[in-house]
Amino acid sequence: MEFTTPVLNYTLLSPILILLGAALITVLVEAFVSKALRPITQLSITLGGLVLALVQVWRIRNEQSMTAAMGSVIIDGPAVLMQASILIISIISVFLIADTEHFTALAASLPGSDEERQAVQSGNQVTEVYPLTLFAVSGMLLFPISSDLITLFVALEMLSLPLYLMAGLSRRRRLASQESALKYFLLGAFSSAFFLFGAAFLYGYSASVTFAGIRDAVVGSGGNDVFLLIGISFLSVGLLFKVGAVPFHAWSPDVYQGSPTPVTAFMAAATKVAAFGAMLRIYYTSFANAQWSWTPMLTVIAIVTMVFGSLVAIAQRDVKRMLAYSSIAHAGFLLTGVIALNKAGLEASIFYLFAYGIATVGGFAIVTLVRDAAGEVTDLNRWKGLGKRSPWVATAFAGFLLSFAGIPLTSGFIGKFSIFSAAYESGAKSVVIAGVLSSAIAAFFYIRVIVLMFFTDPVEDGTSVEIPSALTSLSVIFAMVVTIALGVFPAPVLNLISDLATFIR
Amino acid sequence: MDAANYLYLSALLFTIGAVGVVVRRNAIVVFMCIELMLNAANLAFVTFSRINGDLNGQVVAFFTMVVAACEVVVGLAIIVTIYRSRRSASVDDASLLKR
Repeated sequence: MEFTTPVLNYTLLSPILILLGAALITVLVEAFVSKALRPITQLSITLGGLVLALVQVWRIRNEQSMTAAMGSVIIDGPAVLMQASILIISIISVFLIADTEHFTALAASLPGSDEERQAVQSGNQVTEVYPLTLFAVSGMLLFPISSDLITLFVALEMLSLPLYLMAGLSRRRRLASQESALKYFLLGAFSSAFFLFGAAFLYGYSASVTFAGIRDAVVGSGGNDVFLLIGISFLSVGLLFKVGAVPFHAWSPDVYQGSPTPVTAFMAAATKVAAFGAMLRIYYTSFANAQWSWTPMLTVIAIVTMVFGSLVAIAQRDVKRMLAYSSIAHAGFLLTGVIALNKAGLEASIFYLFAYGIATVGGFAIVTLVRDAAGEVTDLNRWKGLGKRSPWVATAFAGFLLSFAGIPLTSGFIGKFSIFSAAYESGAKSVVIAGVLSSAIAAFFYIRVIVLMFFTDPVEDGTSVEIPSALTSLSVIFAMVVTIALGVFPAPVLNLISDLATFIR
Repeated sequence: MDAANYLYLSALLFTIGAVGVVVRRNAIVVFMCIELMLNAANLAFVTFSRINGDLNGQVVAFFTMVVAACEVVVGLAIIVTIYRSRRSASVDDASLLKR
């Protein structure tokens, strides 16, 4: 048997390699640097790595290659756009993660034990969240550029495993946080087993693990269609779980509520970009010619997801759970972009993902600020009158909610408009109708929160708004500026996306 | 022997695993059922590799084993932490987060 030496194009892979290198360094820093210097060292290395990776992504933006790593990854326009979105979202999420107040001083200690108290008092805060974040981000960068089933599966686990752990790191309400980690882990592992089983049947159908091979088999309709159907549906279960579509959404309200809020922000925004990136690639390239087999399934899931998410969100009394159901509804809106299956759908999805991700991080950043003596206050009843006490914070939150609702002059409007018109062009009218109706339902509960904040009298129960740290303010301001800029003047970004957004096959 | 029989076995193992995840209450047993599902997928990959006369399926099996091992590390860490704080590894007891 003859072995060929693998040829790797290090320039094109450099964003991922930089992050993995930074992640390894942060692991060493965790072990060897003194406790006083550790947080600032970790933060600088993490941010440095992310920014460097973003610069590299920008530099390779016009490259196209199918052979960057022996055909295992594809670098093309959408890949670059997804990677850049993930990195920008991660950078502003790391601004929130930098506030160590949210994270347990010692994750291995029992909640409420002496050991934990000592760790808090001595200021011996562990900072393992930084390496975990970097590993998760490198998995997210790999996920949307994978072009074979092996890489796709490895990237899926690479992004998921650190997130399972990060969900359990909250300082307050630690039992709930650990519980959310357990739920996320068990359901995530369950769905990745489905994913892998589906991958096995796609391999059985096409005799190839590469997306190009699967595509050729679909075009030539060479194999057994039963294998193809089992493969597509089981693989979709894994992907739909990651994006939180009904009926695979059960984890998301609990995990959003239980995780430390900065982690929720990161997970909600960045995971969605990565998972939809991978989903768009595999549906637009490999499965495009088997459209008959998956469009009906995805249409039903999209409609159920948006209607269910919007309706259940109305009943929520907890702001993090409300945002979780809102993210479920948004997963439904984003699925219309997959169903559209045309260039406009791809462009709209990329724009929507970026706009939604940035607004999500901004929204959760505001949630971290509303606190009482025991930590964050997430009960919506206690947010009453927030607009009278802290007009700026309440106005920013209202801005993000309006963007989620898709009100004109915010990025959410441009996103929703373009994704629905792309789906309409491709003839998926039922999804568009359901989408517009559920947007209207969703607008109701976003606006209800705004009314609650501005037009009800404040309750005196010790809820106060923290003075944001410099990094948190930076994150909120950046998110706000992007949300409004993309709503008022979206043309440069839309042009950039339409120049780049073409999958190479 | 007909290679399709291995596919039936793989589907059977996968179903046993999936049913186990749904009906069992102990987090460790649930986790073992998930491992069973991953191994069922591995068996399917190896069988298809044999049927298709292509070695990639066997390569996937090795990757899956490595990933499954990583998953065990993370999973047991989470389950052991939960057990230490609650003295129970039942997934029903973990219900602080409201429905």
